[in-house]
Amino acid sequence: MPTKLKILQPMKYWWLYFIISLMVIIPGSYSLIKYGLKPSIDFTGGTTIVWEVKNDEDNLRKLAEESGINIQTISQKNNTWTINTNALSRESYQAYKTKVIGVQELSFDTVGPSLGSELIRKTLYAVLLSASLILIYVAYRFKNIKFGVSAILAMLHDSLILLSVFSLIGHFWGVEVDTLFVTALLTILSFSVHDTIVVYDRIRELKKKHGYLETNDIINRAVVETMGRSINNSLTIIFMLLAMYLLGGESTKWFIFALLIGTISGTYSSTFTAAPLLIVWEKISHKLKK
Amino acid sequence: MKLRRNIFLIILLSAVALIIDAPKNYPINFNFFGKDISFTISSPTLTVGTFHRELLIKQGLDLQGGTEVTLKADMSDVELADRQDALDSAKEIIARRVDLYGVAEPSIKTIVSQDDYRISVALPGVSNPDEALELIGQTASLDFYELPIATDSPTYNDLRSTGLTGKDLKKTSVGFDTNTGKPQINLEFTEEGGHKFGEITSRNIGKQVWILLDGQVLTDPVVQQAILDGNAVINGEYTIETAKNMVITLNAGALPIPIEIIQQQNIAPTLGSESIRKSIQAGLVGLGLVALFMILNYGWLGFIADIGLVIYGLLTLSIYKLVPITVTLPGLAGFILSIGMAVDSNILIFERMKEEIRKGSDWSRSMELGFGKAWDAIKDANIATLITTFVLFNPFDWTFLNSSGMVRGFALTLFLGIAISLFTGIFVTRNLLRALTSSKGVHAN
Repeated sequence: MPTKLKILQPMKYWWLYFIISLMVIIPGSYSLIKYGLKPSIDFTGGTTIVWEVKNDEDNLRKLAEESGINIQTISQKNNTWTINTNALSRESYQAYKTKVIGVQELSFDTVGPSLGSELIRKTLYAVLLSASLILIYVAYRFKNIKFGVSAILAMLHDSLILLSVFSLIGHFWGVEVDTLFVTALLTILSFSVHDTIVVYDRIRELKKKHGYLETNDIINRAVVETMGRSINNSLTIIFMLLAMYLLGGESTKWFIFALLIGTISGTYSSTFTAAPLLIVWEKISHKLKK
Repeated sequence: MKLRRNIFLIILLSAVALIIDAPKNYPINFNFFGKDISFTISSPTLTVGTFHRELLIKQGLDLQGGTEVTLKADMSDVELADRQDALDSAKEIIARRVDLYGVAEPSIKTIVSQDDYRISVALPGVSNPDEALELIGQTASLDFYELPIATDSPTYNDLRSTGLTGKDLKKTSVGFDTNTGKPQINLEFTEEGGHKFGEITSRNIGKQVWILLDGQVLTDPVVQQAILDGNAVINGEYTIETAKNMVITLNAGALPIPIEIIQQQNIAPTLGSESIRKSIQAGLVGLGLVALFMILNYGWLGFIADIGLVIYGLLTLSIYKLVPITVTLPGLAGFILSIGMAVDSNILIFERMKEEIRKGSDWSRSMELGFGKAWDAIKDANIATLITTFVLFNPFDWTFLNSSGMVRGFALTLFLGIAISLFTGIFVTRNLLRALTSSKGVHAN
C-alpha cells in the first residue's frame, strides 16, 4: 500500500462553509418571506416617466393630481425626475405632460398589469428548464447523478443568495427587480455551473489517475488544485463588472450589481458548496449502506 | 507547416476583421513632420448577390432612441377560428401605416400568448413617438370611390366616396378564375353592402371604381357588369401571393379589431448616446485591467493571451456587423462581460501549464499537456453556459418562455462571446504560443 500523501484537507471544515452561506441565506430568506422582492413595473404594471424639467416636487405632484394621476414615487437628480405612477393611458400621460411646461422626455415606460404575472411565470419555467437540462448534462458527463444534483444545489444556492441580497437591498434602499434582474439570475445559473464543472472535472481526472485514494482526499486535492484558477478567473470577471458598475450607465447599474453578487457567490459555491455537498452525499450514502 | 498555415490564417482573419470593424467615414487629420495628412477611414460595403451589408453597428432601440409599443387586440367579437387571421390583418395594416410614416427599420411582430393576441411594434429613431402612435392607433378604413364625371386623367379630387366602406364587407377570400385559372379576389358583402354595391356597379358599368385603404389606392378594377347578389370578383394580374396579401389587407379593413396599448417605452436619443459613451469607457477600463492582470499573473504568457483577447474583440465586433446583430444595452453588457470570461480558458490552460512545469516537464511539453488536459473542463463548462443561452434566447419561440428583445439580445451576445472566445482562447493562443516556442528553440540552438 502506498504511503499516504499529505494532502491539505480544506473539506474537513465543510460545516463551516455551509454556516457562512447560511449567514447570508437565513436573514435573506427571512427578508424574502417578510418583505419579498421589490418588483418593478415590469412585474406589477405601471408607468415610469423620466423627464428633464426645471420644476419642484410639490408642483409636479399637484399637476399629476389634477390630471387624475396617482404618483407612487418621485425622485430627482439634478433636473432629471423619475416618476412612478399607476399604468397610464397615452391620453392621461399627454394631458399631464402638457400641464408641466418645458418637459424634455428622456424615457416613458408603461406596462399593463397582465404582462407582470406572465413574466414571473416565464421566468420560473426558464429556470426550471435550464436547471433540468444542466442536471441531465452534468449527470451524463460525470456518469453519476450525485454530480448533477450537487451542481444544481450549488446553483440554487447562488440564486438564493442573489434573491436574498436583492430582497434586503430592496427593503432598505428600494432597489427594484425587473426583467434585467431575471436575465442576471439566469446568467448566474450558468456561471455557477461553469465554475462547479471545473472543480468536478478535476475530481473526475484525479479519480481516474489515483483510484487508490479515498474520495475525501480526491475532493480535497481537487479543491486545492483548482483554487488558483477559480480565483483568477473570477477576478477578471469582477474587474469587468466593477468597471461597468462604476463607470457604466445608470440603467444597467443594478443589473451589473446582480451579476457581481452572482459571480462572487458562484465562485464561493463551486468550491465551498458544490464540493462539500459531494462529501456529505458520500457520508449519507455510507450510513444508508450500513 | 501546419503551424505556419494556422498563423497565416490568424493574421488574415484579424486583418479582415479590422477592415470590417473600421468606422464609417471617420476623418483623420494630423500633422506629420510639417506635412498635413488628411484622409477618411471607412469600412467597405459588402454586396455578394442578395447579401448586402452596410457594415454598420445596428443599434437597438434603447441605444438610438425611439419607441416600442405592445398592442393588445380585443378579440371578444371575433370567432376563435378567425383570430389569427384577424391579428395578421391588423399587423399588415400597421406595417402599411408605419411605412407611410417613414420609419427606417421598423419591426412589427405578432405575439400570441395564451388567450392574448398582441402586436409588438418597434420604431427606432422616431423622435415624436406620440405622433407615430396616433397613426398606428387608428382603426383601418376601407372605402370605395367612384368617378361621377368622366375625365381622361382623373385626379384624387375628382373621386367621390360611394358611402360603401369596409364595414359593408362580410368576407374576402382568394379564388380562381374558372376560365383562365388565374387567382382572383372574391368579395362577399353584407346584405346592406350588397345593396349599395349593386347600385354603384349599375351606374358605373365599363368604368373604374377605386378601393382605398387608409386613403391609399389599393386596387382600381373596371366594373364589367352590375352586381346585385352581393358577391363580387376582382380580376387582375395577381399571383397567389399578391392575391393573398390583398385579401389580408381587405379583411383588415373589413374587420377592424379594436387595439389597446398595454406596454409602451419611449427613449430619447440623447439617453442612448450617453449610455454608449459610458459603456465604451467602462469596457476599455475593464479590458485594460484584465490585460494588466494577465501580464502580472502569467508574464509573457499573459501577454499572448492579451493578443488573443484583442483578436477576440476584433472578431466579435465584425460578426456583430456581418450578421448584423442589433446591439442593445444589456447586449453591450453581455459583450463587455464576455471579455472577462474570454480569458477563462486561457487561465485554465495556464494554470495547468504551471502545474506541469512544477512537475518538471519541459516547456513545450507542459504547454501541449496544459492545452490537452484543460480541454475537458473547458468543453463541459462552456456547454453548460450554452444551455443557458439557449433557454434565454428561446430560438423556437416557445410561448411558455420569454421572447423579449432585451433578454434575447443579451443571450445572443453571450452565446457569440462563448463561441468566439473558445476559438481565440484555444486555437489562436495555442498557435501563437507554438510559433513563439519554435522560434525560441531556434534561438537557443
